[in-house]
Amino acid sequence: MAIIKLRSGNQDMENYKVEKKVENRVPSNEMAHLKLKGLGNPMVEIENLNFFYGEKKALNNINMIIPKHQVTAFIGPSGCGKSTLLRCLNRMNDLVESARMEGAIRIGGRDLHQESENVSVLRKRVGMVFQKFNPFPKTIFENVAYGPKIHGLKNKAKLEEIVENSLKSVALWDEVKDRLNESALALSGGQQQRLCIARAIAVEPEVLLMDEPCSALDPLSTGKIEELVVGLKENYTIVIVTHNMQQAARIADFTGFMLLGDLVEFGPTDRMFTKPNKKETEDYITGRFG
Amino acid sequence: MRAAFKKVWNRGDGFIWLAGAGLSLSLIMTAALLLAIFFNAAQFFWPGETVKLFVEDGRAILGEITGREDIPNPDNPEAPLKYRVQVKQGNRDIHGTDFLWVEESSIKATQLPQDAVVVERREWGNFYGFIKEVRDQGNVLAQGAEKGMKILEELIPVSNDNINAIQKIARKNIGAVNFYMEKNRLELKKLKLEGIDNGKAVEKLRMENDELQNEYKTFEAQLAELRKSQTAEAVFTTINGVEKVIPLSQIIRIYSPNNFGWFDKINFFLVKGWEFISDEPREANTEGGVFPAIFGTVLMVMIMSLMATPLGVLAAFYLREYARQGAMVSAVRIAVNNLAGVPSIVFGVFGVGFFIYFIGGSIDSFFFSEALPTPTYGTGGILWASLTMALLTVPVVIVSTEEGLASVSGGIREASFAVGATKFETTWRVVLPAVMPSILTGLILAMARAAGEVAPLMITGVVKLAPTLPIDGIWPFLHLERKFMHLGFHIYDVGFQSPNVDAARPMVFTTTLLLIGIVLLLNFTAVILRNRLRKKLAVSGV
Repeated sequence: MAIIKLRSGNQDMENYKVEKKVENRVPSNEMAHLKLKGLGNPMVEIENLNFFYGEKKALNNINMIIPKHQVTAFIGPSGCGKSTLLRCLNRMNDLVESARMEGAIRIGGRDLHQESENVSVLRKRVGMVFQKFNPFPKTIFENVAYGPKIHGLKNKAKLEEIVENSLKSVALWDEVKDRLNESALALSGGQQQRLCIARAIAVEPEVLLMDEPCSALDPLSTGKIEELVVGLKENYTIVIVTHNMQQAARIADFTGFMLLGDLVEFGPTDRMFTKPNKKETEDYITGRFG
Repeated sequence: MRAAFKKVWNRGDGFIWLAGAGLSLSLIMTAALLLAIFFNAAQFFWPGETVKLFVEDGRAILGEITGREDIPNPDNPEAPLKYRVQVKQGNRDIHGTDFLWVEESSIKATQLPQDAVVVERREWGNFYGFIKEVRDQGNVLAQGAEKGMKILEELIPVSNDNINAIQKIARKNIGAVNFYMEKNRLELKKLKLEGIDNGKAVEKLRMENDELQNEYKTFEAQLAELRKSQTAEAVFTTINGVEKVIPLSQIIRIYSPNNFGWFDKINFFLVKGWEFISDEPREANTEGGVFPAIFGTVLMVMIMSLMATPLGVLAAFYLREYARQGAMVSAVRIAVNNLAGVPSIVFGVFGVGFFIYFIGGSIDSFFFSEALPTPTYGTGGILWASLTMALLTVPVVIVSTEEGLASVSGGIREASFAVGATKFETTWRVVLPAVMPSILTGLILAMARAAGEVAPLMITGVVKLAPTLPIDGIWPFLHLERKFMHLGFHIYDVGFQSPNVDAARPMVFTTTLLLIGIVLLLNFTAVILRNRLRKKLAVSGV
């Protein structure tokens, strides 16, 4: 009887259970502190995560909680595993042969690797924006409508509405509304990247992953994207990987510093940049290496 | 010295000149070839003057001068060059040959007789001579050149209409009756093979057969009527005064080129050119048009494209997108590349052995056993020729599709996965559209190759003269088992297998020009399509 009740999907009950578990398994003063501040509503929980490319270990026992509706940044030198960690969150690493994962990742309380998890559904919940802007060689409209169409939406009016809303949320609508049927590749770099963000949010994900979204853009476009990211956190939980520490300082609420596959330190951005707990973090932030 | 050379070499000017020279040489050679073909082909339709030649030995020759060459004199190389001219004198039924060589020095005088006419006949080639009179069942309608020409210009279109009507009945109506009668006969035979000799089904077929016989008789009667209505004939004299009576039904057109102005010449040129494209060949392919060959070529290329493109694209997708990259795939890829270099006749032999004998033979024994030993699919036909060509060209499609796939960035694949698309959805909706221009490039190359290839076709279904087109009005409209004509083979046949080489030679050029034109047209269509796609995909190369 009790089991049936649990399975019937009482949302509050499940959430409660998850929170309970998290508190048990990740004894973190930092987290407790966050909870006190009311920010600690967890969206993504990563637990004892190890990741391998063949024999090579890329991530080493990562534990962290990414809070809901906040911007979380991963910083660190090249090759520290921050992109790998990001790609674990929507199982993009499945595409890499010989990649192997241990440990658990839960998003909104659901384990990514449980058998019933459909990767297509997962990626609808966890969108992604890439380093090199990669619009499809299709029209602007088709680019944004692609995701909803893939998930079975055929109603044209509804599609148009989604495209308009998505483009409005990335502040691109006014620039392209008259040429929705032109090729997306005719847009400028910054516009293309914003289009890619619109494409990702058109399927209404819960989490939006961004892998160095500004590294191929000029400062002006970078500024626009950053503004956008801060605005988007109202509706989405954003995880961003960046090379640029100033960027992390400007937009992120939480920052994780990674080094050689370890999560060295994770906490609120202000504190990380002003009073880092670890020596390595301080060295990196003050530019002594990396 | 060496240092100086090295300096010049490193500056690269010489290399630029060399590269430029290479390109110019290729362009000049191609342009020269095309120009040679074009001019020789254009001459064929241009009306030449009818010249009267008086030769030393007292002969007079009437005809058209078609060539001039020097006479080799190896005994006395110092002597001044002598020339001879080639005259098309026509009148093959009187002289035995159409062409004649005359030594230039032996020509005493030339004239352009205004009353000379050229008669294009349905048989025996052109007639050169003078109109004596036109008559109908003994009544003289007109006499002399001027009046005769006038009345012939009125009568010949009528007689041509009549001939067309006769041909239409013979080919379309009687052809259909024959087709159904043969079908009927085979069905009867089939029943007999099954042991059914009488009964309702047999009765029905026999009744149908009788009906068809009656129809046939009606058409025959119509034909006889039409043929009888043509009684007019024209009497001509040759340059030597021999009289020749030609029934009007034998005359396609009559003209006197010596009276032609520029306008008449251009008009004649266009009419002849159109006839060449739209008519069927006559007189062992040396006269008339090449329409069936054009039709066969285009249809073969289209069926080939329909077969080769999906096959090649699927193969390329498997090789590049799904197969585990390794030694095996590399070996397959090398094999595919080498397949493109296998001599085409080898594909032809394979086509004969596999498609015609094995598959065609099996189809015959399963579905057309009543017609055996006459083969239906177990002999060369447009389907087997197209399939053979598809095999020949599929490597081209595979290679260019693969190259296209390799150039589709991994980024857009990832982006598609990242919104939740499966591998198939990504391939179908993102990769395939992006790779479309490359597929079309492959198709263009494949079509160019297939249209120009002759050797494999010669043994898989091309014939010198096909009685019917592979598409007609009788169900199922597209008859894939039929043999067909092909421009490439037509060039070979007309140029090298013709009994009347001199008459046929100009046709080699016109047919070649036409084949090049068709290949260009097909390619051009595909190029336009590709550019449109590219434009849709990307405005510029940002």
